[in-house]
Amino acid sequence: MSNNLLRIQGLNVSITNRSGQTVQILRDVSVSAQDGGILGIVGESGSGKTMLLRSIMRILPENATQGWGAIDFDGRDVREDFARSRLPISMVFQDPLTSFNPLRRIGGHLTEVIKRFQGVRGKAAHELAVQALTQVEIPEPARVLGQFPHELSGGMRQRAMIAMALLVQPKLLLADEPTTALDATIQAQILALLAKLRQEEGLTVMLVTHDLGVVAALCDRMLVMKDGVVVEEGDVEAVFASPQHPYTRQLLDATPNVMGGAHE
Amino acid sequence: MSEAEVPLGLPLVRATDVTKTFRVRDRGGSARHITAVDRVSLEVFPGETLAVVGESGSGKSTLGRAILQLDTPTSGSVEFEGTELTTLRPRERRAFQRKMQIIFQDPYASLNPGRTALQQVLEPVQLAHESDPVARATWALEQVGITGEQVHKLPRAFSGGQRQRIAIARAISVRPSLIVCDEPVSALDMSIQAQITVLLRELQAELGLSYIFISHDLAVVREIAHQTAVMYRGRIVELGATETIFGSPQHPYTKRLLGAILVPDPAVARVRLQQLSAQVSEPLELDPAGGLVEVSRGHFVYR
Repeated sequence: MSNNLLRIQGLNVSITNRSGQTVQILRDVSVSAQDGGILGIVGESGSGKTMLLRSIMRILPENATQGWGAIDFDGRDVREDFARSRLPISMVFQDPLTSFNPLRRIGGHLTEVIKRFQGVRGKAAHELAVQALTQVEIPEPARVLGQFPHELSGGMRQRAMIAMALLVQPKLLLADEPTTALDATIQAQILALLAKLRQEEGLTVMLVTHDLGVVAALCDRMLVMKDGVVVEEGDVEAVFASPQHPYTRQLLDATPNVMGGAHE
Repeated sequence: MSEAEVPLGLPLVRATDVTKTFRVRDRGGSARHITAVDRVSLEVFPGETLAVVGESGSGKSTLGRAILQLDTPTSGSVEFEGTELTTLRPRERRAFQRKMQIIFQDPYASLNPGRTALQQVLEPVQLAHESDPVARATWALEQVGITGEQVHKLPRAFSGGQRQRIAIARAISVRPSLIVCDEPVSALDMSIQAQITVLLRELQAELGLSYIFISHDLAVVREIAHQTAVMYRGRIVELGATETIFGSPQHPYTKRLLGAILVPDPAVARVRLQQLSAQVSEPLELDPAGGLVEVSRGHFVYR
């Protein structure tokens, strides 16, 4: 059995809205991310899958409260100091355009992260930024550093965001629908990049998606969420071959088979 | 109901060499032109769906807006029911625009948060001088499955799928013959996507509607479209019956696009992703002097 990089038990998150009502967003969620594995988290919007990532990242909305049973990271109980200590985790989002400051060049974004997380500045930081863009296979990295976010294509922007996330030197990368806004060819490139980073750097990934094709192609294990609860968890092959929970079966049935025979 | 007023066999929409350029300023302040849609020609027949697929930035949405005259094409012609739209005066154009509706990706952004479902639909119905607006609006909401007390609720009381239903009710309420659907299900969950796709097909069969269906989701396109146009860098690079495009794609970009689909089957999808990551994907160059060539009946490829 492989080691878990992250293991969470009994995570509860609730949000109090303006009229004072409390809505439970996540209920007794337990999740484990195997070291060097890619975990897919699927479910419909409102199922709590994004909130799960945001809880781990500690970027919940202000009106949210959360409670944990247990959190282990890299074999260590981090429940006590989770809020204070900075764990090697970073996150990428669906729309990289909203994650970048539009008035700042790509180089400015990257060197700031380098300065903050690696304590390096100046020419050395520039070198590291070039390396980061090279690692995510952006052609002409030196030129791209001088560009503004809007000047990059959607796929290149997503690569630049992954580069920025990697400069934090994470062991765990959280990815929230990273390819949903991209067309099929660009999606495949980004997924291939994540597969490479896992292979070559041993990066652990937790990937939220509503696309079961993405899970099938990339993930080892998967978690199915509905209404804030985990309804099924297992190896990707096993879950696709014989889904146990009715909701998982429903999700698999709802997926159109694009390359199949003529539809009715 | 809305019957197409053109003889069968004639296109409802015929776009010829439609071009749309935008003037942009680059960092140095010097102006240049970007051609978002480049000499695009297509036809949409009554009761049929033409899908427009391609990567973001390929010009799909701009093409849809140019056909609807929401943005006037820079050059080229758009005929609707046999009438040239680009040279019409604004008042004449408005009569045609009622027959051409549009629905968008994000139904929350396209609905007024302060008005009930019924009020949302009443607005266009009243502008179209229907004799009994409330009856017409109620009918339209019924068609999409919003009934009873629900019609008096505000958008926030509805789910994303239901909001998209209200947007569809708005569109069909004024008896259009064409609806441009711009990524209508991209923001919705899989099972809701399927429901909306089925609804659009049913409405098409009942009301004889034509759709221009803009999408980057090839699975949905295959479910709904009779004809498919593949766009790349502002041009249509392949056009034909949907089954032909998916079954025997000819243009390198179409092949690349279809080859990148990941089916929800781990054994197949994994191998596919490995193959894709081994390939170097150079940008494809289009011959600027090229054009669509008919390779078999009704199947056109850019050469």
